[in-house]
Amino acid sequence: MKKSYFDRKLLAIPYMIFLVLFVILPLLVVIYYGFTDAQGHMSFSNFVAFFSNGRTIGTLVYSFVISLVTTTICLLIAYPIAFILAKGEYCRKHAFLMIFVLPMWINFTLRITALKEILTMLEGNLAYYPFMNTIICMVYDFLPFMIMPMYNSLTKLDDSMLEAGADLGANKMQVLIHVLLPLSIPGIISGVTMVFLPAMTNYVVLDMVYNSTYIMGSLIGSYFSSYDWNNGSVISAILLIFIGMFTIATNRLVGNTEGGRA
Amino acid sequence: MANNIIELKNVKKTYDGKTYVIEDFSLEIKEGEFVTFLGPSGCGKTTILRMIGGFDTQTEGEIYLEGNDISILPPNKRPINTVFQKYALFPHLNVYDNIAFGLKMKKVDKAEMDKKVSEALEIVDLEGFEKRNISTLSGGQQQRIAIARAIVNQPKVLLLDEPLSALDYKMRKEMQLELKSMHKKLGITFIFVTHDQEEALTMSDKVVVMADGEIQQVGTPEEIYNEPANVFVADFIGESNIFNGVMEEDKKAYFADTLFQTVDDFPKGTKIDAVIRPEDVEITEAGAGQLDGVVTSADFKGTFYVTFLQCGQFEMEVHCLKHYAEGTKVGLKVDPDNIHIIRYDMSKNHYVGSVASVSEHGNVTLKFEDFSLKVPAARVFPGSTFADGVITGADGKAIVTEGLGVTAFYSPESAQMSDDIKSGLVSGTIISFYYIGDHYSYTIRTASEEDYVVDDEYLWNQGDRVGVIVPEEAWGFKLETAGGEL
Repeated sequence: MKKSYFDRKLLAIPYMIFLVLFVILPLLVVIYYGFTDAQGHMSFSNFVAFFSNGRTIGTLVYSFVISLVTTTICLLIAYPIAFILAKGEYCRKHAFLMIFVLPMWINFTLRITALKEILTMLEGNLAYYPFMNTIICMVYDFLPFMIMPMYNSLTKLDDSMLEAGADLGANKMQVLIHVLLPLSIPGIISGVTMVFLPAMTNYVVLDMVYNSTYIMGSLIGSYFSSYDWNNGSVISAILLIFIGMFTIATNRLVGNTEGGRA
Repeated sequence: MANNIIELKNVKKTYDGKTYVIEDFSLEIKEGEFVTFLGPSGCGKTTILRMIGGFDTQTEGEIYLEGNDISILPPNKRPINTVFQKYALFPHLNVYDNIAFGLKMKKVDKAEMDKKVSEALEIVDLEGFEKRNISTLSGGQQQRIAIARAIVNQPKVLLLDEPLSALDYKMRKEMQLELKSMHKKLGITFIFVTHDQEEALTMSDKVVVMADGEIQQVGTPEEIYNEPANVFVADFIGESNIFNGVMEEDKKAYFADTLFQTVDDFPKGTKIDAVIRPEDVEITEAGAGQLDGVVTSADFKGTFYVTFLQCGQFEMEVHCLKHYAEGTKVGLKVDPDNIHIIRYDMSKNHYVGSVASVSEHGNVTLKFEDFSLKVPAARVFPGSTFADGVITGADGKAIVTEGLGVTAFYSPESAQMSDDIKSGLVSGTIISFYYIGDHYSYTIRTASEEDYVVDDEYLWNQGDRVGVIVPEEAWGFKLETAGGEL
């Protein structure tokens, strides 16, 4: 019998090449630059510099605040919408969902530019409220990413859970707090992950609304554009660790609540 | 209403404003009773339960709890708890917190809560499970926790929505008996929903048989089984042989080509359905019983043989302990006590309409909801004559036909079905059928919710789309009299 030379494992080759060239190698380069000085000697000086410089720490805090505020507002807007979309009884549910997700189909800079014009019209000059404008644009940009995972997790929620809550004497508010919210945690966490992390580094929005404050993304960009590979890399590495910790923490939390499911 | 705990008065429910899933439902449930709603899926039994629980609101009618109208009370205000079909235990809480949920909402203090939770766990035989995670429990254990979570609140009524349907056969049997003894111990009124007739008969004090959003019969399990109120109940509960027949004389019914002595008495000439349970037929030597038959098949079922016999053109199912070989000629004996006679439902196939027009040839066009008929005037107005566009009645007076109400009817055996739906007078879907001795009786429902009963000797399937053919000469007519009575 003739042996087939095609192995399904071969299908992984294109991605493996991509993985090595564009993920693993750059990561090693980042780590190498992060732990060497301008002369190429092993050094922790970049680290020390980051954490001893008030301005870089300030940037980290500012990024964190922007991200936190954006995520919180997205959460507050998206949760009720996702709930109504998932549990409401009306026709053309999918059309409504489409309306909320449709902005994702339009180019991101185009969307922000349009929003910018509207804000300029309302405020006169965007420079008056840089922080608020940043938040408005960020929320607008990231909202669909918050709605989708929440919608998905809420559609899977069995209605009889909510009925059981009411049956056991809980009023609407108590059902929300003791049943609905705890059961929505997996959806909330995946929504938060989709918004919080990108929001920390998305400096394009800040640029576009003339917010001159640096956030993590713009800080890295500015170092790299001035060929300071070492400092740029160390910040990337710090951000990487930050994100890694966040992901592990949320996975723990999701793992705990999902452990109760199954 | 001395000890009626739940009372439903003329409850109706429609979701779309057109078709009623519950049609005029009235029922009284006594305190401490174990009541079962039994019916095929889609009969509205769960809807009734949900309305008692407060998860659905009836479109019309009232629901009373101990004499107080609770029709619009939300579920959390009703002293009623539910065991849901898929248990609906909270996965984010452990066993203790699940059971204590209702007590926490009532702000019961911690010491009492601990006591009540462990008592509830004791009742369901799961002592010491407090700290367990819900996902680590088996289906049967989850079921018990769901029961504990409901009874810990000491509800006035416990609703159980097909709670055993997810369990395997043996576990289900066990839980049936346990639920029954739990009911005795607690003294709470249980309202149980199931489509499993055996379950209903085993557990309940009172069975409510439902079909099509309507009560078919309410009674004890024995009454339901031994004295079915109609052919639907006879067919749905247990196995039965059903025959069309007629009362020949006092306490004597003629069906299956045989005259049987009966206990039930109806006026002579009454059309009847006779129901005989397979286990009530005794097989004897040929010629020794009321009728003879030939064994066509015999299948062993563990404790008895399901034996099918052909008696002339009629088929009969018999459960007997002895095995009879295929082709054996035997006699069949039925005790008069075991023949249950149901008055034939004469309201079938009656359609109310009116005279639409009279043609120049003396034909009357009658209009009904689904169809119209064109027949000679004499068919509708017996003894009448037609001349110059005027119909003259038998009494010599001219009849005013305009808008006159007419009821048209036909007997099921005169109609036919066809899978060419256009060939029929009306078309619809077969919603149910029964085997009646030598033929099947089909109920066909049209889009406008009218039912047409047709007898046919061939087997069709539920859900088949068919056309109903009723020959013109098969129709009978009744005129609406001045008083509006037929």
